[in-house]
Amino acid sequence: MTELTQLTISQSLKGLKNKDFTATELTNAYLKKMESGRKYNAYVLEMPDVALKAALQADTHYANGTERALEGIPLGIKDLFCTKDIRSTACSHILDGFVPQYESTVTQNLLEQGAVFLGKLNMDEFAMGGSNETSYFKPAVNPYSTEKPLVPGGSSGGSAAAVAADMCAGATGTDTGGSIRQPAAFCGIVGIKPTYGRCSRWGIMAFASSLDQAGPMTKDVRDAALMLKIMAGYDKKDSTSAKVDVPDFEKVLGQDIKGLKIGLPAEYRPDGLNAEIEAYWDKAAEMLKSRGAEIVPISLPHTKYALPVYYIIAPAEASSNLARYDGIRYGLRVNGEKLDDLYVNTRTEGFGAEVKRRIMIGTYVLSAGYYDAYYLKAQKVRRLIKNDFEEAFKKCDLILTPTSPVSAFEIGDKSMKENPINMYLNDVFTVSVNLAGLPAMSLPIGLDKKGLPLSMQLIGKAFDEETIFKAAYALEKDAGFKRK
Amino acid sequence: MAIDNQTVKRVASLAHLKIEDDKLDATKEEFNKILNWVEQLNEVDTSNVEPMFCVNGGEVPEREDEVTDGNIKEAVLKNAPMQEFGYFAVPKVVE
Repeated sequence: MTELTQLTISQSLKGLKNKDFTATELTNAYLKKMESGRKYNAYVLEMPDVALKAALQADTHYANGTERALEGIPLGIKDLFCTKDIRSTACSHILDGFVPQYESTVTQNLLEQGAVFLGKLNMDEFAMGGSNETSYFKPAVNPYSTEKPLVPGGSSGGSAAAVAADMCAGATGTDTGGSIRQPAAFCGIVGIKPTYGRCSRWGIMAFASSLDQAGPMTKDVRDAALMLKIMAGYDKKDSTSAKVDVPDFEKVLGQDIKGLKIGLPAEYRPDGLNAEIEAYWDKAAEMLKSRGAEIVPISLPHTKYALPVYYIIAPAEASSNLARYDGIRYGLRVNGEKLDDLYVNTRTEGFGAEVKRRIMIGTYVLSAGYYDAYYLKAQKVRRLIKNDFEEAFKKCDLILTPTSPVSAFEIGDKSMKENPINMYLNDVFTVSVNLAGLPAMSLPIGLDKKGLPLSMQLIGKAFDEETIFKAAYALEKDAGFKRK
Repeated sequence: MAIDNQTVKRVASLAHLKIEDDKLDATKEEFNKILNWVEQLNEVDTSNVEPMFCVNGGEVPEREDEVTDGNIKEAVLKNAPMQEFGYFAVPKVVE
């Protein structure tokens, strides 16, 4: 029999139902894997006791025939989600020892369906970063590393590494500018950022509220469909969550994609695009075409402005959201003579360099005299970016692009250390989607010459994740990507 | 719009952050690099474009102004770095 930890969520559910193994056995297998995989630094908090208790309960449900949709499935949770009575830090020093007294809506939804939480996963501090290197707990390591340790991507790097190395059956992630899709791409797994408003943001530590969305990171497309259905849904505690029905995403898997119009945006093929990535992109388009889809050239003319828009809006929202961390009510406190000194000392010591950088930029673009020139300007160009997609979707049902212009790079890469903009450029294919609020999935398509995963991105219309799942399932079958 | 050390200091103080004097120049340079880069947005004509603050469009829904929870003092104070008599405690503010 294959190792239990190699099974996908849907295979595990089948095994549990058939009584091939128990939830406790499954959880123990993952806990063992978690221990032997500590070199990947994917978990910042291991919760074996909590997990085994939940697994025992799941076994009772199976015995009684009262099992729920995710009964006994061991998951990893990104440390950005507040989990009741379990330390949640966003991998920031400023949230030292913070133990939420409430459960985020998304994790609550998973628990209510019987999921087992194995631990909290590493990430870039407050989800700000594309390599997991800004984590206060040191970066997670990409399981595809050979000689030198490679980044797992970010910000949901711990989630991606844990799924790729079979240290959990699936994981939660969040995506503000690519933070689910890029690490999923770097680690050769599936990740979907749903439409803005699909999942409740309540209880997820806020980075940029108009862009943040939670989503699943999984071993295959079917698992993503299964998990997303449970994570999603209207929540009155988040006024931006959408009052729309959540479809059964699994139902569309295997449906015919004949006649589907797939758009390829010209702007995503800049001069100097990595030749291997370009070749896989063409190959992916060819695979869809051979199943009867129609390939349509499209244009998203404001693509080159998406990153500068993002790096105004996201820091602006972050500077406002992170104002709450002042050392008074929770987390780190660094005392000072006066109250103001306490604020300044706490924040100066508690935040890392990248977070401070973004708070500063955000404060500046929102400050009197600069608001119109930067912030308002960015919000106007943001509308143009959204309009581009609306125009494009008059000609196609789905957009196919690479997820990232590069594969995983080394931890401590010099050019990115020297100039933060070089790190920001890695999100060139992912940020537009957040600015426009659209759903997009990353799925692995093959390996490059270095043996590292390369991935494709499928972008859908708002609240049309179903078409993404349908095409992704076909692409997954044809690509035949073998997980490590 | 290149910024100077004075502005860096002002922004830091607005954000309740401290930047050591020997880090000012480096911070300023990095700041300017990012600002120069985002200023390419000036190429885009936005004279007839409305800003878009949220993708959902429409208005933000409102709810009845009523108490939805309460009586959870213990939970609220649970993570306080310092508390006294059921309140958050801070250094003396009034001289």
